[in-house]
Amino acid sequence: MNIDQANREATDRMIEARPVLVGVGKALDVIPGMREDLLLHAGPPITWARASGPMRGAITGALIFEGKAKDEAEAAKLVISGEIALEPCHHHQAVGPMAGLTSASMQVYIVENKTHGNFAYSNLNEGYGKVLRYGAYDASVMARMHWMNEVMAPVLGDAIAASGGIDMRALLGEALHMGDEGHNRNKAGSILYLKALAPHVAKAAPTPQIAADILKAIGDNALAVLNPVMAACKAAADAGFGIEGSTIVSVMARNGTDFGIRVSGLGEQWFTGPVGMPRGLYFPGFSAEDASGDIGDSTITETAGIGGFAMATAPAIVTFVSGTPKDAINTTMEMFEITFAEHKYFTMPALDFRGTPTGIDIRKVVETGITPRINTGIAHKNAGVGQVGAGLVRPPMSIFEEALVAYAERYGY
Amino acid sequence: MAAIIAEIRRGAYYDSVVLMQLQRALVALAGVIDAGVVMGTAANKEILAQSDLLTSEAQAAAADDLVIVVKAESEAAAAAAVAQVDALLTRKRTASEQDYRPKSLETAAEMLPEAQWVLISAPGQHAAGVARAALRLGKHVFLYSDNVSSADEVALKKEAAEKGLLVMGPDCGTAIVNGVGLGFANVVRRGHIGLVAASGTGLQEVSTQIHQLGGGLSQGLGTGGRDLKEAVGAITVRQALDLLDRDPDTRVIVLISKPPAPKVADQLLQAARRAGKPVVVDFIGYKPAQTQLDNVTFVSTLGAAAHLAVDLANQQTNLPIYQPPNQPTTHPTNQPTTHPTNQKYLRGLFSGGTLAYEALLILQDYLPGVYSNIPLDPSYKLQNSLRSREHTLIDLGEDEFTVGRLHPMMDNDLRIRRLRQEAEDPETALILLDVVLGYGSHPNPASELAPAIIEAKGLAQLAGRDLAVVAVVVGTDEDPQDFHSQIKQLQQAGAVVFTSNQQAVEHVGRTLMAAGGVSGLPPVSLDLLAHPLAAINVGLESFAAALQAQGAAVIHVDWRPPAGGNERLAGILARMRGN
Repeated sequence: MNIDQANREATDRMIEARPVLVGVGKALDVIPGMREDLLLHAGPPITWARASGPMRGAITGALIFEGKAKDEAEAAKLVISGEIALEPCHHHQAVGPMAGLTSASMQVYIVENKTHGNFAYSNLNEGYGKVLRYGAYDASVMARMHWMNEVMAPVLGDAIAASGGIDMRALLGEALHMGDEGHNRNKAGSILYLKALAPHVAKAAPTPQIAADILKAIGDNALAVLNPVMAACKAAADAGFGIEGSTIVSVMARNGTDFGIRVSGLGEQWFTGPVGMPRGLYFPGFSAEDASGDIGDSTITETAGIGGFAMATAPAIVTFVSGTPKDAINTTMEMFEITFAEHKYFTMPALDFRGTPTGIDIRKVVETGITPRINTGIAHKNAGVGQVGAGLVRPPMSIFEEALVAYAERYGY
Repeated sequence: MAAIIAEIRRGAYYDSVVLMQLQRALVALAGVIDAGVVMGTAANKEILAQSDLLTSEAQAAAADDLVIVVKAESEAAAAAAVAQVDALLTRKRTASEQDYRPKSLETAAEMLPEAQWVLISAPGQHAAGVARAALRLGKHVFLYSDNVSSADEVALKKEAAEKGLLVMGPDCGTAIVNGVGLGFANVVRRGHIGLVAASGTGLQEVSTQIHQLGGGLSQGLGTGGRDLKEAVGAITVRQALDLLDRDPDTRVIVLISKPPAPKVADQLLQAARRAGKPVVVDFIGYKPAQTQLDNVTFVSTLGAAAHLAVDLANQQTNLPIYQPPNQPTTHPTNQPTTHPTNQKYLRGLFSGGTLAYEALLILQDYLPGVYSNIPLDPSYKLQNSLRSREHTLIDLGEDEFTVGRLHPMMDNDLRIRRLRQEAEDPETALILLDVVLGYGSHPNPASELAPAIIEAKGLAQLAGRDLAVVAVVVGTDEDPQDFHSQIKQLQQAGAVVFTSNQQAVEHVGRTLMAAGGVSGLPPVSLDLLAHPLAAINVGLESFAAALQAQGAAVIHVDWRPPAGGNERLAGILARMRGN
């Protein structure tokens, strides 16, 4: 099989994957390889010493949530001593936005790829403001985490089961026609998600008040659907992973310190380099000086052919970098230069319903010098402050070059 | 003393991104310290509180309210900033909206699929790589770049020729294709003269002269100066000659170059003579022994080339090429040859020994080698005179055939049987016969040969082939056989008849040469000239602008060296592509 054939197979599998949100479960029970003494985090592997502010804050918060630590000093001690292990979500078929912290007792979304039978997992979205995924862990954050885990999650699980599963590929396809790109803009997708769940939540909730609280939490949160979307993208990308000879990127992820990729035909190896600083717009009172390095597993959306790659269909958010709707189209056009396929189910009205650019080909990235374009939220560099803006970022070129050299060595070019 | 002003607008929804931009614009105003522009949600109020911007009015805002808070050095500055809000919200962007500029040839080809050409003026060390990519995409190449190695040039041109594509260059400064000038080109009237030039300014000089003389160009194709070196073997010139020969708009072909290598000159001359059109050759500074060779005329100045070409184009009725008397149709090379590749050989069946010998002599100029029982070169001696191979010419009057039978001038039986045998051979393209009249010869040879010719052509036709028969009748109108009746019978049988051996053999030679194509290379499709020029430009942006100014469709590639110029990575990528 030549390279193009391998890439065709990898991208066909990504595109034909049909991820369906099938339920909610406890991480310890459902995520493969999950343990009591394990924390999952975003991006490639990281140590406490190299972890960024928001990552340390989120680790601390997760250990407080699990009742294993009271503060950051205790958390640091546990992690440094090895008593608590850190492993990437991606090593466990999981993804998480921003710090991506997932601990044993947290409830997670379960997504099943009905085409190929593989599963993917993601934690629940907490909404805006002071949240664990940005490294916040004060009492209000903990209270919300507990409410989500103990009150909302069981109802969501029942509601999803009662709905017969929510077809995420169909939901995303529709959301892309409603101005979402699936990464930074999930307004339409979240409303579609709310619409799908609402009748089942109304029936599954023990009291009308709880039903109202849950529907409000989802309805107020324009990112509510981001986590199931990410798990869906993970399920699709995993379906295209491990194709011998393929040069397609199967994972892009950041931990706040390193940006890492994995390539379909190069096995489990990570290729990592320093994360960039996003360019974008900041909330009142914040500036680029406050920003943390790029962080989160949400780049799985770009990996699967949406997010920044589908910018042409989300003109409302191009203004992040003083762009025009034309720039949005040009962004997507540029991503066609480095991708192998066009998506069959994710189409863009503004480009005459052309499929989104899908399947980043490391050959094309290195050849053209064009790195993938990522839409992202911007975290404060200090733990616990939260999101300070949103903008655009690109991975370092070096990791694609290293992957290409590794490919050449492995396959004898 | 800092002042804070808050303004609440009820029921006004703005996308958060628009608001963030507005906020940035407010902070940029004179005297403003900080600003917050948000919808009044709880989360947003928290953000305002963190920046000490949460005034009591802001605190009271609802989720659907737009909250504008400005902290400035003075009350006046804050008020002035708030007063700007509407202007800032409705500000029109001045940034020019540019169409997407592709970064790769592949994307450019997707965006302009009708492009036939890729113009390359990228730096020399990268130009061959870009040209290879263009050929992979099935595009013709105008290669302006210099400093392309001779080895690269040969490899590119061979690959192009196999695909029926042209590579004009490297170091090709000019060309005029379908009336559009590429690189440096003058504005020249369209007309019927096709130029092929291995010299850029030579092309410019001749094309402008032609224009001044009232003539015009059908096409002006460049080849690059090294095309006529022995290593390259004039691949592009030969392709261009062949293309112009088939181009119905071209009446006269002009070939301009510095004197080529002797071997290449020979090859070119062969190609030029196969053309069914007058060819004017100026090998600048070269004095040929003969100025006229069939359809080829040598001149020694660019001006003379232009003059002669214009004259020839104007007197189309008087082409200096031979037209057989009974063949009013145009020369066979004007139609694409329909012969399958293996049906390409001559079979000459002669009764007259000297006629056969002269035919062999004349054919030396046209065909690579002719097998015979009386060969000029012993290595072309037929092993078995009863079996033809490749081009074969037999003297059936030789002793080996006349033992125990009459001479073929009297007895047609042997020739008729051989005619049938050759007609059944799928490699036979043309059969040449002599018919010698006069006392002593058969009293009515055509009465036997004409039915045999009809039968032979019929046999070939049954097998799906078209078999040509040429006959030379040697005699006078006072001969006893009735000269005119003999000619007429043969013509009616479908033979092309000549009354001079030389003319007949030259016709045969030209026909067979032309059947192999002018260039000996796979033809470049005439489609190239049938559609308006469209091109992808890589390198100098001014070339794209020039095409645009001439009304041609063009797309400019925002080109960068592959892998950022990193040779190791570029090498890996090339190996992964398989070249």
